[in-house]
Order: sequence, then structure tokens, then C-alpha cells
Amino acid sequence: MMEIWYAFINHILPFAWAQHTFMKNALLAVLLAGPMFAIMGTMVVNNKMAFFADTIGHSALTGIAIGVLLGLQDPLWIMVVFSVLLAVAISMLKTLTGASTDTIIGAVSAAMVALGIVILSRGGGFNKFSRFLIGDLLSITSKELLLLAFVLAGVILLWGLMFNKFLLVSVNPSLALSRGIPVRLVETLFCIATAVVVTISIQWVGILIINALLILPAAAARNISRNMRQYHVISILITLASGIAGLLLSYYWSTATGATIVLFAALFYLGTLLFKPRFA
Amino acid sequence: MAHTGAVQDFPGKSCGLCCTKLKNFGVTIGKTEILSGIDLHIHCGELTALVGPNGAGKTTLLRAVLGEISHTGELSFLDAGDCRRKPVVGYVPQRLDFDPGSPISVLDLFSACLSSRPVCLGHSRRLRERASASLAGVQAQHLLDRRLGDLSGGELQRVLLALALDPNPDLLLLDEPVSGIDVQGKELFYDLVSDLRQQYDLSIILVSHDWSVVSCYADRIVLLDRTVQCCGSPQEVFANEKILRAYGPAVKEETGQFRLKKPRVIQRGGGVNG
Repeated sequence: MMEIWYAFINHILPFAWAQHTFMKNALLAVLLAGPMFAIMGTMVVNNKMAFFADTIGHSALTGIAIGVLLGLQDPLWIMVVFSVLLAVAISMLKTLTGASTDTIIGAVSAAMVALGIVILSRGGGFNKFSRFLIGDLLSITSKELLLLAFVLAGVILLWGLMFNKFLLVSVNPSLALSRGIPVRLVETLFCIATAVVVTISIQWVGILIINALLILPAAAARNISRNMRQYHVISILITLASGIAGLLLSYYWSTATGATIVLFAALFYLGTLLFKPRFA
Repeated sequence: MAHTGAVQDFPGKSCGLCCTKLKNFGVTIGKTEILSGIDLHIHCGELTALVGPNGAGKTTLLRAVLGEISHTGELSFLDAGDCRRKPVVGYVPQRLDFDPGSPISVLDLFSACLSSRPVCLGHSRRLRERASASLAGVQAQHLLDRRLGDLSGGELQRVLLALALDPNPDLLLLDEPVSGIDVQGKELFYDLVSDLRQQYDLSIILVSHDWSVVSCYADRIVLLDRTVQCCGSPQEVFANEKILRAYGPAVKEETGQFRLKKPRVIQRGGGVNG
């Protein structure tokens, strides 16, 4: 599989940067993760869940900490399980207490970051976990690429089956309920999907900026689109464009890849903001 | 989708046989009892107006019928064959609370409700025609490709009405559907709703504060204040002086007295706080 991709890249991109295997892997990762983030982001923005996704990202610290306490070498699966539980807990807290969502999420977010830091910094060894804060896209392996491809396929499948329900719930829950949609179930499912996507991508993008990658392309696309199709197409194009541009420039500038990509996405957002009056 | 077929067995005229029954119906949220002991029969082909003061629980009743909040007592729907099933409910909210910046077109909204093909992939021609026909029924076919956030209040309510009517509902819930909409918009909306009774086989529950509308269009008025205070044809309700004095629009002196009393109430409230 990977050999075909490497040969393909050697054939169509005869540039110096494309000679490195890690760059070929990273390029494939951008092409897989880009559409995934773009698609999820559209609904995260529509549901006003930016803060929720941020919390899931931050609480990955606690997930890592639990993994370390259990003595696991690779804490990814514990992180995923933990973030899914947290996502379900937040959506249940929301319906049970009726308190404002941003208060609940703010409280959970701060508590999870603090707990994670306390456990991980025990004995002064926090530095070896700082790779999770910044993320390292260039270190992605072919096995991890396969995982990314599976998650992308899962997101596309979810969209194929559930998108219309997600959309109606995001427009208005009462309206969705009157159309026979189990609103709470659909909301929880979306929270879980967001949690899985964010948590799996964290080691490559980094806790600090993963949310920006989810939000910015969709927010930019929203400025200049008038229906759902345009929204998705523009969002995917923006993630792919900023992903490839960010990857290349991070190579030449030797900067962190994730952050460079986010910077380009932010430029797209600013650009579309200028054009917004023509579309809205 | 399965429900649609059942409704289409008897299209056109209302049969007058299907019936929505509320039996000892009540809603309690937290420790506050909002509604209790409601017994209502709503027949198809009838427009039932739900009136009552603010805080009487009108919207709560609709939300409970929709299944949005839990209720006590019994809610059942019997179709023409006297067979219990889940009714198809159409709902037009008072004000659709949505994000006006969202890039969703009217057609997107229709497709999301009517098909399972993801809206983000675009629309089939069949669905476009179906949505267009639905919108034509409420004189809104020109709005098909407009963004939802760009519609005026009256246009949005007509779009929502068209949406609530496709697939044909058994029960149509209208929660003050035209509050804050100009006179022309209101008349257009209520004429459409009034025609529906004849065209479709459905029962309509209309929540309204507007007594002139209620007396003009309703077949039956239900006066709600915690429970059903009074129920009957507009003539019967308007003939009931006690009810009119307590809730009706015509008694002007009462409004005057209320205004006089108001400052005193506020003063007393301040005293308690101090």
C-alpha cells in the first residue's frame, strides 16, 4: 500500500522535500485528516460546540495521565475511551442540571487539565509529554496512517447515515423532535464522534491547537457559503489548501507543522471575513 | 415515512374519525406543577384554539404533546380504523430559534426533513420538485434557494408551515405562529391554515393571544389556565360572562384597574427585599 503511494509521489512530485519518507507520510496524513476535520468542523461550528471540542482536547491530558498510571506504553486507546466517557458525561450533565453549557464545560475543562498536569508532573517529568501539547505530524507512521484512514471512513459513513439528523438537531431541537428524531441520542452520538476524532488526532496536531483546526476552516467556509453543499466543499478545500501550504512551509521554515497549518487556516478565515458582506 | 402511507389511504376530505385524546394529562417540571387534570378530545377537521393568560401552560402543553417534556396521564391517538398508532405531528414554533448565520437554504431544510440522502451532497431533482410544490401551497416557492437566515418573519413562518405539512400530519401544532408579523402576513397565514382543514385530514391546535383571530377561525376554543377552564365553540365561550370577565379581551375597566394596582405591587416587593 505505502509503496504505491511513495512511488506515486516520486512520480508526480519530483521535488527535494518530497524525497523524504516522513514528508510523504505527512502529506498523506494531511490529505486524510484534512477532509475529516473539515467535515466534522462544519457541524461543530453549526452546533456551537467549539468550546466543547476544546474541552475534549484539553482533557486528553488526563487521558494520557490515566494511561501512564496504568503503565501503558501507548495511551491512545485509554485517551479515546476517557474522552468518550467525558463527552457522554458532559451531555448528560447538560440535560440533567439544566445549567448553562459553557459553565459546565468551563468547569470540566479546567478540572481535567489540572488533574492531568498534577498526575503527569509527579516527580518533575512533565517535559516528556510536551509532544502532546504541540503535536508532531512528521512523526506519523504508516500504521497510524491506516488508523487515520479508518477514522476518516468512519466519519464519512456517519455523515452518510446521520447527516440530515445532525443538521435538523443543529437547526432547532424542537423541530427535529417533531420530525421524529431522537434528539438526545443524536446529540450524544455527535459528541462521541467529535471526541473520538479529536482525541485520535491529538498526538499529531497537539492539544493547544487542535480545536483551531476543527473550527477555522468551517468558520471560514461559513462566511462565504449559502447552502450546505457549498459549506462542505469550501471547508474541505480550505483545510486541504492550508494543510498542504502549512506542511511545505513548516518544512522550509523548520517550524511545528500543526501550528503552521492552523496559521494558514486563520489567514483563510480572515480573508473570507472580508468577503462576507457580499454573501450574507 | 411509514406513517405517510397510512395517511394517504384517505386523502382529501377529513374523515372526522381520527381523534387525539388527552386523559388526566399533566406536566410537572421540577417541583412546579404546570398543568394537571386535562381531559381533551381533538377530532380531525377541527381547528382547536388554545387560549389563556401568559404562564397558563399553553406552550408547555404543546411541548408535552410533542414529547419534548415528559407528562403524566395518557396521550393517545386513534386513526380512522380506530387503531392506536403514533401520529405524524407537524409543528410550527412561535419563533424558530436558529442561528441566522448558518449556511442552510430552505431546500436544505426540506431535504433534511424528507430524505435520508445527506444534504451536503446536494439534492435530487425529485426532492427539489416536492419541496417546490410544498412551498407553492403556502405561496412561497420563490424562497426555495434562499438562505434560511435571510427570510423575513412572515416568510419563515410560511416555510415552516409548508414543512409541517409534508408529510401530511395527523396533528398540526401551531404555537402563536404569527406573533410579531404584520397584518397582511397574519391574514395570509390564517387563510392558509383555515383552508388546510378542508384540504387535509388533520386536527389543528392553535395557540393564540389574538381573540379576533380565534373567534374568526376556530371551531372550538379551549381556555387553559393550569387546567382546562372552559371548552366549547366560540359562541359558547363568548356567551360565558364569568370566563370573559376573567380572561376575555372586552373588559376594559379591568385592564385599567390592573394598571392602577401595578405600582403598589412593585412597592410591596421592594419592601420584602429590604
